[in-house]
Amino acid sequence: MIEWSLFVDSWPSYAAGLWVTLQLTVLSLGAGLVLAIPLAVGRVSPRRWVALPVWAYTYFFRGTPMLVQLLLMYYGMGQFEWVQAQWADGSHFWLIFREPYGCALVTFALNTAAYTTEILAGALRATPHGEIEAARACGMSRPTMLRRILLPGALRRALPAYSNEVIFMLHGTAIASTVTLVDLTGAARNAYSQFFAPFEAFVFAGLIYLCITFALVGLFRVAERRWLAHLQPRKALRKAA
Amino acid sequence: MTQLSVEDLHKRYGDHEVLKGVSLAAESGDVISIIGSSGSGKSTFLRCINFLEQPDAGRISVAGEEICLVPGKDGHLRVADARQLQRLRTRLAMVFQHFNLWAHMTVLENVVEAPIHVLGVSRKEAHERAMAYLDKVGISRFKDSYPAHLSGGQQQRVAIARALAMEPAVLLFDEPTSALDPELVGEVLKVMRGLAEEGRTMVVVTHEMGFAREVSNKVMFLHQGLAEESGAPADVFGQPRSERLRQFLSGNLK
Repeated sequence: MIEWSLFVDSWPSYAAGLWVTLQLTVLSLGAGLVLAIPLAVGRVSPRRWVALPVWAYTYFFRGTPMLVQLLLMYYGMGQFEWVQAQWADGSHFWLIFREPYGCALVTFALNTAAYTTEILAGALRATPHGEIEAARACGMSRPTMLRRILLPGALRRALPAYSNEVIFMLHGTAIASTVTLVDLTGAARNAYSQFFAPFEAFVFAGLIYLCITFALVGLFRVAERRWLAHLQPRKALRKAA
Repeated sequence: MTQLSVEDLHKRYGDHEVLKGVSLAAESGDVISIIGSSGSGKSTFLRCINFLEQPDAGRISVAGEEICLVPGKDGHLRVADARQLQRLRTRLAMVFQHFNLWAHMTVLENVVEAPIHVLGVSRKEAHERAMAYLDKVGISRFKDSYPAHLSGGQQQRVAIARALAMEPAVLLFDEPTSALDPELVGEVLKVMRGLAEEGRTMVVVTHEMGFAREVSNKVMFLHQGLAEESGAPADVFGQPRSERLRQFLSGNLK
């Protein structure tokens, strides 16, 4: 039998968990994107001493599971006496790594930044050579070309791949529940242990994830219509004709 | 006034010497056609003028200002001052074989881009200028379309408007009709003919012998990296002196 009372009694804790999940998703994606733009520019740089460290960073974060990264951050950092000393001094920066929320946020942001860097770097490399030549030929400086031609084109081309990354991050935040945070998955775990109704507890959480995912997919569809209009079959012309 | 002067330009790729000392001088209002079979170095010559390719030796001046060159580590010449090159490039607008429009920008955005962000023209003035040039090339009703939604001929006319919007000293055309379907070539040549009649200074690398003969006032025939013959079109086409040119013309004038 379906335990309907679970939904009635525990929706406030699911709502609180959803709020944590949304915070972690939005904040880590925001910080990740801001980090990824300059990193992607570095990643495609012809200068090896710029490109190499970025390559190492993205390969570390893409080469290890996010759960391992989170455990390393949450349990691993505190092992170092130097970090403990910073905590004792009350250093605001290092105290982030004592809280599970801070650890999760930093891990997720660094993780998504690594993936987004690779997505963006690929899109930058795919810039048609002719567009770069046209920019050089009209006397554009490197920074102007980056700002006006390369990045606007690359960010648009990256949109479909980035929408996947956003959905992965939403689902990836579920592992925050392993470091004591009560996100949506954490709320489901609590409901399970309270009602001994695992199917209902996790199906409820799953349905909420599903709804957010659909909302994100819709959002990206709107964004692609807006920013990738130049790659779509012509519509404006038919209307004008 | 001499708008563009190129002296003794050399360019090699490895062991292959593509340009073996080519010179050219364009006075105000000159329309110079550069003809020659493929591999003769004509596109390379044009691309060396605005340093899309690095020449190995030679001197280039635009509107009386010589580009300062210093020998680089790799043996090619380097531009001594990147800002000077950027400034001189704004005086040399280029129209490419494959149009090279910026795909994510509309037609109008393509045309106002460099005037606003390179020349520092005000947004309002850039838009007025752009609309005037889009009108001139007959494409203003497509101002809000994206390049991919236009035909090749229309895209090339947008590219010409984009070049004109820089109000350059010299317009460089790199085989502007070679990538077009035969029935679209005419509309682009018509626009170019109109520009020539306005007295604009143009250097045109082309396979269109009709254009070279009727529109330009000077023709240069390049063969194996050398200017084999040059002069007025009536002389070059009417009384070719070299066997090479005669062969080339008999293959191209049908």
